Amino acid sequence: MLKEKYDVIVIGAGPAGLAAAIEAKKTGAQDVLVIERAQELGGILQQCIHNGFGLQIFKRDMPGPAYAQHYIDELSGLHVDTLLDAMALNVTSERHVYVTSRTAGFLELDTRALVLAMGCRERTRAQIALPGTRPAGVYTAGTAQRFVNIEGFMPGKRFVILGSGDIGMIMARRLTFEGAKVERVLEIMPFLTGLTRNYVQCLLDYDIPLQLQHTVKRIIGNNRVEAIESVQIDKQRQPIPGTEEIIPCDTLLLSVGLIPENELSRKAGVALDPVTAGPFVDEKMQTNVPGIFAAGNVVHVYDLVDWVTQAGLLCGRNAAQYAIAERKHQGRRVRMKAGDNVRYVVPHVLDKESLAESAQRLQMRVTLPIEEPVWVEVMNGEERITRKTELYVRPGEMVNIDIPQSAYDAVQRASELSVRVVRR
Amino acid sequence: MADKTYDVIIIGAGVVGSMVARFLSRFKLDILLIEKDSDIGMGASSANTAIVHAGYDPKPGTLKAEMNVLGNQMFDQLAGELNFSFERRGDYVVAIGPEEFTKLEALRQQGLENGVPGMVIIDGADVRRREPNINPEVSGALWATTGGICDPFGVVVAAAENAVVNGVTLMTETAFQDFIMEGRRIVGIKTNRGDFNSRWVVNSAGMYSDEVMHKAGLRPEFKITPRKGEYYVFDKAEITINNVLFPVPSATSKGILVTTTVHGNTIIGPNALEIDDREDRSITREGLDEIWQGAINLVPSLSLRYSIAEFAGLRPGGNAPCANPDVKYNKDFIIEIPKEVSGLVNLGGIESPGLSSSPAIAARVVELLRGAGEKLEEKPDWDPIRRARPRFRDMSPTEQKLLVENDASYGRIICRCENVTEGEIVAEIHAPVPARTYDAIKRRTWLGTGRCQGGFDTARVVEILARELGVSPLEISKKGKGSEFLVRPTKDKEGEQC
Repeated sequence: MLKEKYDVIVIGAGPAGLAAAIEAKKTGAQDVLVIERAQELGGILQQCIHNGFGLQIFKRDMPGPAYAQHYIDELSGLHVDTLLDAMALNVTSERHVYVTSRTAGFLELDTRALVLAMGCRERTRAQIALPGTRPAGVYTAGTAQRFVNIEGFMPGKRFVILGSGDIGMIMARRLTFEGAKVERVLEIMPFLTGLTRNYVQCLLDYDIPLQLQHTVKRIIGNNRVEAIESVQIDKQRQPIPGTEEIIPCDTLLLSVGLIPENELSRKAGVALDPVTAGPFVDEKMQTNVPGIFAAGNVVHVYDLVDWVTQAGLLCGRNAAQYAIAERKHQGRRVRMKAGDNVRYVVPHVLDKESLAESAQRLQMRVTLPIEEPVWVEVMNGEERITRKTELYVRPGEMVNIDIPQSAYDAVQRASELSVRVVRR
Repeated sequence: MADKTYDVIIIGAGVVGSMVARFLSRFKLDILLIEKDSDIGMGASSANTAIVHAGYDPKPGTLKAEMNVLGNQMFDQLAGELNFSFERRGDYVVAIGPEEFTKLEALRQQGLENGVPGMVIIDGADVRRREPNINPEVSGALWATTGGICDPFGVVVAAAENAVVNGVTLMTETAFQDFIMEGRRIVGIKTNRGDFNSRWVVNSAGMYSDEVMHKAGLRPEFKITPRKGEYYVFDKAEITINNVLFPVPSATSKGILVTTTVHGNTIIGPNALEIDDREDRSITREGLDEIWQGAINLVPSLSLRYSIAEFAGLRPGGNAPCANPDVKYNKDFIIEIPKEVSGLVNLGGIESPGLSSSPAIAARVVELLRGAGEKLEEKPDWDPIRRARPRFRDMSPTEQKLLVENDASYGRIICRCENVTEGEIVAEIHAPVPARTYDAIKRRTWLGTGRCQGGFDTARVVEILARELGVSPLEISKKGKGSEFLVRPTKDKEGEQC
């Protein structure tokens, strides 16, 4: 059963979100909820069935799902709530979260601290303004990875991969395993953009050629990709005429970079760094909006998942501490309620400790006039805290009453105070 | 099939053909609408600037001018009846520098001659106030209050759907091959799906309207020349342009616009490049550079960093002289019942402002048929209303909650950038004009058009389409046969099936 208000809500159950939720709970947060749009926990790790995860933290070479499973197991022993197949639609700066889900319906939740762990998305063909036709057969490497590793289908037979990012190189090897032909990997920069180990293990070991300073000049084919035209570029990134080559293929994979996914952050008023495209954060991984934290690829794109986990742990710890402080502070607060013949009371909330400093004045208006002497009474249930008399009350004239410092002890016992105006 | 005789066969289900079908569906006629592609509106109707033009641009005295102004006036009622997105927010022809300002008055005069109401020339300060991002060198603008923006594909779907609900038969993947003639009378058509008899045939074949009329021996000199226009689309979270901004037009083109859309994205374009290939919607480096230069002349603060898509569309430009010999113009619309053959309503060269003109063209087709002696008796049960389906992203949280409570499939987001739900996708797959491909769903729901460009939704949409259509994911395509997403199961999957 979900709660209406949490200590910590984590958006995203990838490596950052899992670590943040675990650490938040261990730090002492009472209620923690993880919201995940997929049908299972683990995020993109679930489709990363290759090895190379966990070398830093576990000193072991693990595939993505195994790495994720370690944290999923830990989480499941901690009584953390999870909401799967659910999308956070909107988040306000007051940490009011709108979520929709096929199974749980449309929900509005509140949280004392929020962890943004939405990860990143892949740059698309459009963002690099790749010329040519718009046929089927142009996929980001991650989309192809999902088709192959999760759905169990091959998105093509003959591939060209643009970009030497890690997902692209890993997919080159994976597709080769599945019997596809990877013609080559093109990289616009004069250097590799992914990890050297992936170049060795995914391209060199399988004789897949890498061409640096090469890019796709245009995509050919109306319905399905029929070929791409590649071209060499010079140091100013200008195409070198005469170096064009038509490479027949039915699929072009793009591994041209990742962008932190911050549409929700923006809605919550979180300020973003134009260089990283992620939130500005302090040493606690807190954003400019108090109580909103961020961790993992949503902040900046990492090279290794181990560092993402560490960022998640740090973030979860601080989010929990923020929530605990907030809860403590909330326990000191008493709500002011309008009782008999009172329309409203200002302030709406009173810090109990304020009476240690001075008496506190309440202001209100009455609902109906009473043309005879009345008591204005501040009550904690049936217990009277203080009262004063007025000769008459009228809606047009504001009424004041002070809670004296002598009421300090009585107020400590209250969670709500009401004010009423009654005939003497 | 050959024993049945339709009253009207309409060739081509773009905006013009669909609108004609919708207008004719009002009468007691047996109508067949055929479309060669896998979906309606995949030609010029699918990729354009989405503007309902005021009508000051076309040369006075032409059919283009007449249809544009009449069509524009019909959009409020049509949008109300058919429930497509339309905003009459006015448009601006923006003059940069003192010399361009002097050309605005001539444009206004031309508009007055065409019968365009509500045009005002405003000064530079006023333009800056209305559009803070405008080039500070702005000297003024012609403000045409009747200009508007719409969802152009929504117009096609709404019109075709309303036609189908009112009894029109729609056949996609059905390509016209030839006319069946009895002497000089058209009595039917041959298609890849067989022969169909008909008393009337409407040529609304758009890009191929010349080839269709040539088959009837008409206007052998008439030729469609595709004119390509390329566009950039920007992330709506990053850039907001409030208005429709045209440059001062040149002799050949309305120029490169910076405009907002009903979906909230700013778009820039188009250029105008005459090409030979009627299917070449490729984007080019040179074309993108050209529209970029044009756009930053109007709005210098645009940044390519925020571009999320590029696309190209083709205008089916014709070479028909104006029917009025006093008007020297040879790119006019053709809207006629020709004398040379009987049984044909011939439409040709319907390029920009074809979308704006489409309701007026449809109304003119009705008049032409009536003039040719058709009785056109109204159906008593004709329903002019096309009911809108829920659009999750346009709803308030309260409405969203109600929708999800009512049908849980609206609670599952499939496109994260545009917040399109499974419920919306399923509704489009089973709509009166069903969406059966990825692109068909994309054009109807706006799924996959956001900043991740389908990276998240593609695999999920393939799965939903396969499930709802009861076929293998291997059969699901982007835009019809030959554009399937997947080629075979993986080895593991193959093993699983054995």
